[in-house]
Amino acid sequence: MKRIVYREWRIPAARYWGILGILAAVVGLGGLAALYLEHGGHWVTGMSNSVVWGVPHVFAVFLILAASGAINVASIGTVFNKDAYLPMGRLSGLLAVALLIGGLLILVLDLGRPDRLLVAMTHYNFRSIFAWNIYLYTGFIVLVIAYLWSMADRMGAPFKHPVGVLAFVWRLLLTTATGSIFGFLVARQAFDTAFLAPMFVIMSFAYGLAIFLLVLMFSCAQDARPIGDLLLQRLKNLLGVFVAAVLYFTLVYYLTKLYGAKNYDLVGWVLLRGGIYSFTAWVGWVLLGTLVPLGIIWHPVLGRDRRWIVAACALVILGGFAALYVILIGSQVYPLQIFPGHTVVASGVVDGLRAGVARYHPSFPEVLLGLGGVAVALVITAVGVRVLQFLPESLADPEESAPVGPGALKRFSIDEAAAG
Amino acid sequence: MKHPPEGIDQGRRALLGVAVGVTTAVVAPGLVLHAAALPSGASAGAQGTGPVTDSVRWGLLIDTSKCVEGCRACVDACDRENGLDLQTRPAGQSARAWADQKAVWVRKVKLADDLTGRVTNLPLMCQHCEHPPCVDVCPTGASFKRADGIVLVDRHTCIGCRYCMMACPYQARSFIHEVMHDQLSRVPRGKGCVESCNLCVSRRDHGAPSTACADACAEAGHHAIVFGDLKDPQSAISQALKGLPNRQLREDLALNTGVRYAGV
Ligand code: SF4
Ligand code: SF4
Repeated sequence: MKRIVYREWRIPAARYWGILGILAAVVGLGGLAALYLEHGGHWVTGMSNSVVWGVPHVFAVFLILAASGAINVASIGTVFNKDAYLPMGRLSGLLAVALLIGGLLILVLDLGRPDRLLVAMTHYNFRSIFAWNIYLYTGFIVLVIAYLWSMADRMGAPFKHPVGVLAFVWRLLLTTATGSIFGFLVARQAFDTAFLAPMFVIMSFAYGLAIFLLVLMFSCAQDARPIGDLLLQRLKNLLGVFVAAVLYFTLVYYLTKLYGAKNYDLVGWVLLRGGIYSFTAWVGWVLLGTLVPLGIIWHPVLGRDRRWIVAACALVILGGFAALYVILIGSQVYPLQIFPGHTVVASGVVDGLRAGVARYHPSFPEVLLGLGGVAVALVITAVGVRVLQFLPESLADPEESAPVGPGALKRFSIDEAAAG
Repeated sequence: MKHPPEGIDQGRRALLGVAVGVTTAVVAPGLVLHAAALPSGASAGAQGTGPVTDSVRWGLLIDTSKCVEGCRACVDACDRENGLDLQTRPAGQSARAWADQKAVWVRKVKLADDLTGRVTNLPLMCQHCEHPPCVDVCPTGASFKRADGIVLVDRHTCIGCRYCMMACPYQARSFIHEVMHDQLSRVPRGKGCVESCNLCVSRRDHGAPSTACADACAEAGHHAIVFGDLKDPQSAISQALKGLPNRQLREDLALNTGVRYAGV
């Protein structure tokens, strides 16, 4: 295999600072939103005693899932020995850490008492999956940094494979635990299934790869570094497989719910009668977030056009937000079933216990906090590729490979992509 | 003033005197405050002032047939007892948002049976589960269950993650969304923490016989709420539970709740 040369991002300084400036502005707005929220309390959000986790959690969970998905590209290279993926390993690691930090920052700043972070790190209830997650998240960051070292340093090279395997196993555990945060909530009808754990794993594959592809294409394009057609076809085909798998898991998730007759009402509500939640589920999650990108990815013409591939990735990300909005918030808005066989006529106060569903309108500071977390992840990535050697000089296809044609596309079809 | 007898080490005496003085200065205010905190009628020697043990399990029985539509005696009494009536709507918050965000420890719920249309009224509060999901999920251990079965939140270790609120099957918990201006010293509260019905824990610890809601309900003449020790077969609550068909809410979750309902 030819030698891979990594080089810092050498875009013109003005453009680099411009990008950083825009991101820093978003980070700043997110910071202000966090301060505002902290100063006055959560009453400035749309959250209530019924909907306790709002839009910041949608952003945070999305970023955490994407983080563990972003490391997959490195894993495919080192763990599954796909040489074509090796040059992208460093960027994959950097992005994973950056996304996780962005997500965790949102989570922490949305706490009622973020000033008690130290308490959270010194008091552990080991029966809580949340407490495990604190270890899983920090462990992941440490592991990926070690992984990056093993990829970048000659001395680390012998550890590359074992650390890579460990990182891969760890990211599976991490996403399983993230899914279990919801899956273990027996009280809530929409959760209460271990199925959410594998579903979150597969979601992480798709969202992480979509973000990775966008970042890769953007940073290479800015610096005029080539990405081979063959490689891009492989990556987008892989994305297609993951997106299709999310669709399959979504289907099975709702079918699992429907298996219990007591959940007919819940599923009927989410899919048909839930107003904005049904709309988000069908239009955001299924149509725009799944079917349209799949159509683009497998389309014989559009699937080869880079602009359309970018569009497909962006739609997958949009679909991810839609999916998490429905899963996280819709499930809280739907009333708890405390009195089966009864209708709650009144509940003293207007809240999720009344006959209908609870209200939730995300407020501006919540959205800003979430966007701030995304921007933090992108700032880390941008600075990383600028000052350190994360990006390969070239991702052009090897000379000896066949020119891209209908045959080439066929060779890198679903089977190969699935095998990674 | 007499002169000290000879042979006594004046230096040591002075030292001891200072030691006693300092100890008194440090300990006495605590004792005085403790005494001041006792509700009238409860003495330091009263039952319940010892260490909390599992020889008791506190609980409530709610006889829905006696719970009257439109009556809010228990809710108001709880609000007064725990200072929830001191909450104020933050300037600029809509009435709707306030209704969704203010802390509520007991809700008056009105139900209609889907089949028969029969209407039931009941107060709904923390059920003081024996196997509380809120305690299971709390990452810092701030949600905890006392030996006597009361489920509480430690305000010093709660980080306000609200995971317990996600886990509670009864939507019994409230998050303090706004800055607190007034509160009672016996029920410390603070922005960013979670709270819920504490079975009038300060009354428990001072040996008072009942809860604010049960007292208020009786005062209003309804007697729909019985408080007592579920482990004592002679207690009023145990006797009533024996005679009255009753159940736990969400029995399917097998939480063995400390609050039981008759007539739902
Ligand atoms: S009712 Fe809810 S808050 Fe109370 S102990 Fe059970 S789970 Fe915890
Ligand atoms: S909000 Fe407080 S009591 Fe509830 S789970 Fe979090 S730390 Fe525990």
